[in-house]
Amino acid sequence: MSNLPASNNVTSKLQVRDLNFYYGKFHALKNIQLDVASHRVTAFIGPSGCGKSTLLRAFNRMYELYPGQHATGEIILDGENILSPRTDLFRLRARVGMVFQKPTPFPMSIYENIAFGVRLYEKLGKSAMDERVESALQQAALWGEVKDKLRQSGMSLSGGQQQRLCIARAIAVSPEVVLLDEPASALDPISTLKIEELIYELKKNYTLVIVTHNMQQAARVSDYTAFMYLGELVEFGNTNQIFTNPSKKQTEDYITGRYG
Amino acid sequence: MPSSTDRKAMDWRYFRRRAVNIVNLSGSVFATLFGLIWLFWILWTTFSAGIAAFDMSLFQQDTPAPGSEGGLANAIIGSLIMVGLATVIGTPIGILAGTYLAEYGKKTRVAGFIRFINDILLSAPSIIIGLFVYEIVVLQVGHFSALAGALALAVIMLPVIIRTTEEMLRLVPNPLREAALALGAPRWKMISLVAYRAAMSGILTGILLSVARIAGETAPLLFTALNNQFWSTDLTQPMANLPVVIFQFAMSPYESWHALAWAGSLLITLSVLALSILARVFLRKARMEH
Repeated sequence: MSNLPASNNVTSKLQVRDLNFYYGKFHALKNIQLDVASHRVTAFIGPSGCGKSTLLRAFNRMYELYPGQHATGEIILDGENILSPRTDLFRLRARVGMVFQKPTPFPMSIYENIAFGVRLYEKLGKSAMDERVESALQQAALWGEVKDKLRQSGMSLSGGQQQRLCIARAIAVSPEVVLLDEPASALDPISTLKIEELIYELKKNYTLVIVTHNMQQAARVSDYTAFMYLGELVEFGNTNQIFTNPSKKQTEDYITGRYG
Repeated sequence: MPSSTDRKAMDWRYFRRRAVNIVNLSGSVFATLFGLIWLFWILWTTFSAGIAAFDMSLFQQDTPAPGSEGGLANAIIGSLIMVGLATVIGTPIGILAGTYLAEYGKKTRVAGFIRFINDILLSAPSIIIGLFVYEIVVLQVGHFSALAGALALAVIMLPVIIRTTEEMLRLVPNPLREAALALGAPRWKMISLVAYRAAMSGILTGILLSVARIAGETAPLLFTALNNQFWSTDLTQPMANLPVVIFQFAMSPYESWHALAWAGSLLITLSVLALSILARVFLRKARMEH
């Protein structure tokens, strides 16, 4: 169950081994075993409070901001355990980017929003930075809409555009993995569709992990789906198989809408 | 169909509700007017009496000897110097302390303790702060000085800036911080480049309001900068300033001094008004950003 379903030459990018997570004394994730495939989209689904966002936030150690939260076990990114205290958090977060549920443009121009992340790692001249900003916006399918107003505030954009700006900002630092925490749940259907198309495009260059409440969305965008319930990984497999022929009763009940 | 007795009962209830409404409404309108009358009275007196003595000599001549004509030039420049210096001292310390409380200390015991002390300082009578600076600076040095005055004013503005900086940083949504940190930004970069920018208008408002607060403070300056009849920009010497000049001139028996005191009052009132309007503009901007 833990390993990737045997299929055409897929390598695993992240391996989660015996992962346990605690909010203080509350045991939020229980012995999670899971592989995230390279250059594929892996979706985490499950009812609220099942631990899917918690699992996602372990991949870039976002939880370290909050005292009392801690993880045990291993999360291996290209052979290196990122939960080790020796891991350089800044380098980890350069390799593993994140996009949040609500769009989080910084209070600065569209251009500066993207340059902010790039400047953390590289010293680029003006023209090189211009190119980087353009390429990130191109990849996020936002360039056409904002190319004439790069100096305007990122907060002046619509919700869907803001979210694509955040995706552009995340990929501008050339991460290997992009984590998406319910990236479309605050957006209208058309913006949601754009984000989903974007996710499909992005897997050519990045490994994507998405948490979603929306099962249809998981079915549409992902290659692999993990169903979680009460902190446990109930079932993990090819998205197709999970949605058409789940092997566990709990999974079936959830995707047919019997609870959640 | 409701019977006629039902209707009568309903009419009566409706009438009663309207009567209660009218009584309450007129009561609160009266209370508001009562409060506003005093405010406008004060403003009117200040304006009408202040305007009379308002001319260019106010800004060109120094405070006069008893009974003769003059201006407030030395007091105006003295106030500007001391308020400016206090702002320069108080703002960075206040912002850093507020940042500690909002971004680092948060719910820790130390932060809670600092917050408690800060609240006490916030409501401490300014005369006590004046006495304190008198004790630790003026008595040690042996004479009054503008520096001591600025220090006392800085201590008064400090808790206001600490408080507003903390509050404004706490209004910055947490996902914004997480987003900056998720890009791999170190905490200090997240705070200085993202959180400050998101809270900037609010923090500026706090600074402006604290400047307005100290602009008219008299008590702490009486013990520290005292006054100076002559033009002086020497920080180590006593320095003239509007509040103390007003205090001294208003208590005097000379007609020309009275006029100058009113003109000084008007000056302070106008600057506080300007600061408050500016602060409101910033605050509106801050609200729109969130």
